[in-house]
Amino acid sequence: MTRAVDPEGRAERFIALEEHEATHDRLVWGMRQHRDQAVAAVPEWEELRELASQIKEHTLTHLDQYLEQFEQNATKLGTQVHWARDAEEHNAVVYDVLHGHGVKSLIKSKSMLQEECGLTPYLQRRGIEVTESDLGERIQQLSNEPPSHIVVPAIHKLRSDVAELFAKELGTDPKNSDPHYLTESMRNNARPRFLKADAGMTGANFAVAETGGFVVCTNEGNADIGASVPPLHIASIGIEKLVPRVRDLAVFIRMLSRSALGAPITQYTSHFHGPRRGGELHVVLVDNKRSERLGSPDFWHVLKCIRCGACMNTCPVYRRGGGLSYGATYSGPIGVILDPGFDLRKYRELPFHSSLCGSCTEVCPVKIDISEQIYTWRRVVIGNGLLTITKRVGMTALGTTLAHPTLFHAAESLGETTLKILPRAVLYNPLNPWGKHREMPTVPRQTFRHWYLENRRKL
Amino acid sequence: MSAREDILTAVRRNVPRPAIPLPDVPSLFPLNQGKREGVLASFRKQLEVMGGKSFEVADATAARVKITELFPAAKVVCSAVPEVPGTRRIKDVRNPHDLNDVEVGVIRSHLGVAEAGAVWLTQEDLVVNALGVLSQHLVVLLDPAVIVATMHDAYQRISLAASPYGLFMAGPSATGDIEGVIIHGAQGARSLTVLLVANHA
Repeated sequence: MTRAVDPEGRAERFIALEEHEATHDRLVWGMRQHRDQAVAAVPEWEELRELASQIKEHTLTHLDQYLEQFEQNATKLGTQVHWARDAEEHNAVVYDVLHGHGVKSLIKSKSMLQEECGLTPYLQRRGIEVTESDLGERIQQLSNEPPSHIVVPAIHKLRSDVAELFAKELGTDPKNSDPHYLTESMRNNARPRFLKADAGMTGANFAVAETGGFVVCTNEGNADIGASVPPLHIASIGIEKLVPRVRDLAVFIRMLSRSALGAPITQYTSHFHGPRRGGELHVVLVDNKRSERLGSPDFWHVLKCIRCGACMNTCPVYRRGGGLSYGATYSGPIGVILDPGFDLRKYRELPFHSSLCGSCTEVCPVKIDISEQIYTWRRVVIGNGLLTITKRVGMTALGTTLAHPTLFHAAESLGETTLKILPRAVLYNPLNPWGKHREMPTVPRQTFRHWYLENRRKL
Repeated sequence: MSAREDILTAVRRNVPRPAIPLPDVPSLFPLNQGKREGVLASFRKQLEVMGGKSFEVADATAARVKITELFPAAKVVCSAVPEVPGTRRIKDVRNPHDLNDVEVGVIRSHLGVAEAGAVWLTQEDLVVNALGVLSQHLVVLLDPAVIVATMHDAYQRISLAASPYGLFMAGPSATGDIEGVIIHGAQGARSLTVLLVANHA
């Protein structure tokens, strides 16, 4: 049986690293603030959100047609189109292409889909050297950790962590933790790898049905180097990445980086339509449970996601606990609603790793009902009998109490007296995780109900 | 059944109903539309926000002088622009690997976008695509007359399928991956300078 990840335990370990937690919270919240400023400067923002949402919903409700249109147009441009039902098939298709070209060394730019498929370890086991070229992703690769954020993968690390890591892995000065020095060291380390690579791989942010091309957004330009230097370019594209028309791109490009980092656009917004002069281009269209999700009335809207990370940046639970606490490819609120769709048993705790404050839904540029879906996933977990025993006992007791007024009033009065006299150990003990990092409020002299009954009588 | 057939069958079976109509993307959202100087000013401001620089120069001669002034020590200047000879013509380059020593790459863009501070570059402009990312520094010539207001305007003016590669480049290569500190020159160009010069060619 798959072991469930324990987001609470993992978050607790991150929170214990006080400097990490505080820095993470500050940086991630900073991105949210930059997003707010950028959004405020676009008066038509809400119109754009509505358009983006409708375009995605239209595409998803006609996805079969757009996939065929994309394939037809891409093929006309000379792109070789492959299809993959799941992660394993995706990896096998990629390996086949690489193997067929005698590729020994591969340079990759960041792709959440390739993370989802576990591509890098798959290729490494088969003797292909894989280098991540996005700085944050390379830091994570060298740390043997998944990305903790979908836009800034190593945001949970301090500069001193990176200095230590690079000293060990790249031979840099362990005492120098200046980000300029560290970034420059990585540039110098990566450049020969770009030149040596036999193939470059990217993901795609958008694929355009009417042209058969796709768009990759980066700030480092690393995807462009990987696509323009080696002779072979392979892109992995989730089937939900399609948009119908070129003009739709304007809507999404205007929103993506503003939502992510508060910038009007990413530094590089690159469009690939067929192989470059002297090159070869392959795309792999990947399902990996997306078509299944499409058939779920409660959850298909998550396929609208453009992976901007705004929901993570605003989430109080993500900000405190860090992205690695989710123990999954996707973290933050978007992870909470994506991951259980891949493995409900393994990720059954994630829907409870949320305060349901709803801020994620408010900032989502494509209007995904994230907090509603988190709540619905809780019901799915409970419906499948997967709620942990501590939550089950507590919830059942709470449910019964809240459903019966007499019981509730009795509990209220009991609480009123007992909270004043009970020893702390009753609430603050290892069996009750709720008590950690929390203090009970001071108990008022009487409940509102008692006060009301008394005072109404006086009136 | 093939993966393709399996996926398309599953998608057909599962597409949500009711079908949602495709909304029009109006070219509303005018940004200083009709005021050329407004568009130019906002292009320059946004480019700066993205970490780029811009200078207005009178003509091709002034552009050459400006490049020498900005990069006096550059030994390898690779140009894709006829009016700037540089030390190497991109037309003479066959293999992208041969661009690894380029200190300054010079390109002409035929479209600028004010709201993003971005220039549009295609394979036709770059000749060898890697020129845009392997050069240590980039200089892009842009006629102020071809700057449009928004991304909506920009996508209406370009023909994506006509070129295998086209990109909106907004400023130099950048990263904030280590504690959010913004650093230019992560993997691509360390700097991007736009020379605003009328194109009489």
